[in-house]
Amino acid sequence: MKTSVKKSGRNFRSQLAEFLGFLVLRIAVYSVLFVLLYFFYDLGSKGLGAISWEFLSQVPRRGMTEGGILPAIVGTFLVTLITALFAVPLGLAAAIYLNEYARAGRLTRLIRLSIRNLAGVPSIVYGLFGVILFVNMLKFGTSILSAGLTLGLLTLPWTITASEEALKAVPDSFREGALALGATKWQMIRTNVLPYSIPGMLTGAVLGLARAAGETAPIMFTGAAFYLPFLPRSLKDQFMALPYHLYIMATQHHAIDKARSLAYGTALVLIVFVVLFNLGAIVVRARLRKKWRS
Amino acid sequence: MTSVKKKGLLGDLKESLIQKVFQTSGLLAIIVLLGIFALLLYTSIPAFREVSLKEFLTSSRWDPTSPERPEYGLLSMLASTVMVTLGALLIAFPVGVAVAAYLSDVASPRVREIIKPVVELLAAIPSVVVGFLGITLVGPLIARIFNLSHGLTALNGSLLLAVMALPTIISISEDSLNAVPVSFVEASLALGANRWQTLIRVKIPAAISGIIASLMLGMGRAIGETMTVLMATGNARSFPHGFLQSVRTLTATIAIELGEVPYYTTHYYALFAIGLVLFIMTFFVNLAADIILEKQKRKLQ
Repeated sequence: MKTSVKKSGRNFRSQLAEFLGFLVLRIAVYSVLFVLLYFFYDLGSKGLGAISWEFLSQVPRRGMTEGGILPAIVGTFLVTLITALFAVPLGLAAAIYLNEYARAGRLTRLIRLSIRNLAGVPSIVYGLFGVILFVNMLKFGTSILSAGLTLGLLTLPWTITASEEALKAVPDSFREGALALGATKWQMIRTNVLPYSIPGMLTGAVLGLARAAGETAPIMFTGAAFYLPFLPRSLKDQFMALPYHLYIMATQHHAIDKARSLAYGTALVLIVFVVLFNLGAIVVRARLRKKWRS
Repeated sequence: MTSVKKKGLLGDLKESLIQKVFQTSGLLAIIVLLGIFALLLYTSIPAFREVSLKEFLTSSRWDPTSPERPEYGLLSMLASTVMVTLGALLIAFPVGVAVAAYLSDVASPRVREIIKPVVELLAAIPSVVVGFLGITLVGPLIARIFNLSHGLTALNGSLLLAVMALPTIISISEDSLNAVPVSFVEASLALGANRWQTLIRVKIPAAISGIIASLMLGMGRAIGETMTVLMATGNARSFPHGFLQSVRTLTATIAIELGEVPYYTTHYYALFAIGLVLFIMTFFVNLAADIILEKQKRKLQ
């Protein structure tokens, strides 16, 4: 009798502990969600007023207290294009090597270690590297080209990892089928692996590019300009970029108060762009997963 | 017969050529990593013609533009970086592990499908936007709570970096919790433990090395983050004494000064030396995390 009371008391206590423990976990989740939603709410509510067709389609005027952000949008687009042309093919090729050719061994381990470590190199260090290599040694100057290549190096580890995930998702039976019919390795990759992994690869690549487009530190010294009221004409030109423009409007502007609403507008454009790309990738990924299941 | 063989030879040549192309791209990762280190080292060395390594690493005064006696001490910035980073982890680690535990042990698959992309979205917010929110939202809040003239303090930086380190901590911790064999959990439940006891006494201890690795990866991210701290911490150059003061981190110093410094001066080279220090710090933090994760993977297999 006594023991059973004790037992149920202990039971009650451990149930209470479970309830409270899970409550703490829930509170943690809700606070993270709250922070994220509040961030978006703040940017949305204060930035929406600044956004108009004029804001998106005109150059900055009157020392950047009026006008729009067109050169920054175009600049970010062009830089991201260079980044894509550089990083996507290289990332795909490296992933094909790792997943299809490489044998488990010291070299492969070293390559993987380097990729993971590159992903952890601070973005400003990539910026310094870009200044030495692209701006000075290769004499590309501070330009769209230098900044795009610097961001390309930064995104390389992400692109490789995402591409490899996509290659891994292709069932081995696809490969074995091709090889059994006498195809060479490259024929097998071309006909039975790539067509099925391209959508996944591109999704990963686009996500990496969206992140690159939001980076500031790597482009600050490799080509982004404070204020250029016209559009770039060649890849050797300096450029305005959305993230750098936001930094300038938020901290370096001579009339911060006047610029504040434009800064909110810029931040909102940047965040909408990133969120759209992410949502798109989530949808594509969910569809792909469904396709593989069936 | 011969023609078939010939085609085979040519085909072989093509095959091995293609393999070489792919292999070279694979090797690129090693080349870039070594290249970053080599070029940073090469560009830092001239700084030490005028500055002693001892001054660089042990002096807390950084004043490269002083007309009388330029000074190149790293210590104040290093302390600021460490302080802001530790503050961020103090917040992000418990919260991140809690969210990871919720995702792995409490949430239904449906809820998980919603929360995981949201966490990914958090990782996708550009650091300059987080810094902007530090100026307009979090900073003023801190100023109001602590009655300061402005909120651009180490605390502001820590709070924002916590938000930025969270996704890394959550996803790596969740992976390690999920990697704990089901048999462990089943054994614990069979012995009469409830889910909370199983989580605290069985799963977390079994996944602890991965959780620690997530902490280190989050730390690497916080140490190297530039725009957020540059915009949100006020950038005062003195040695940091508390979380309610302005501080200037290693990354912020490079960002502030590289734009104004004349090329190929001692000051210019010294900024690359700071970059080298950052590279080395994050390299070892990431390497340690990597080794821990590999070990855990092997153990759980």
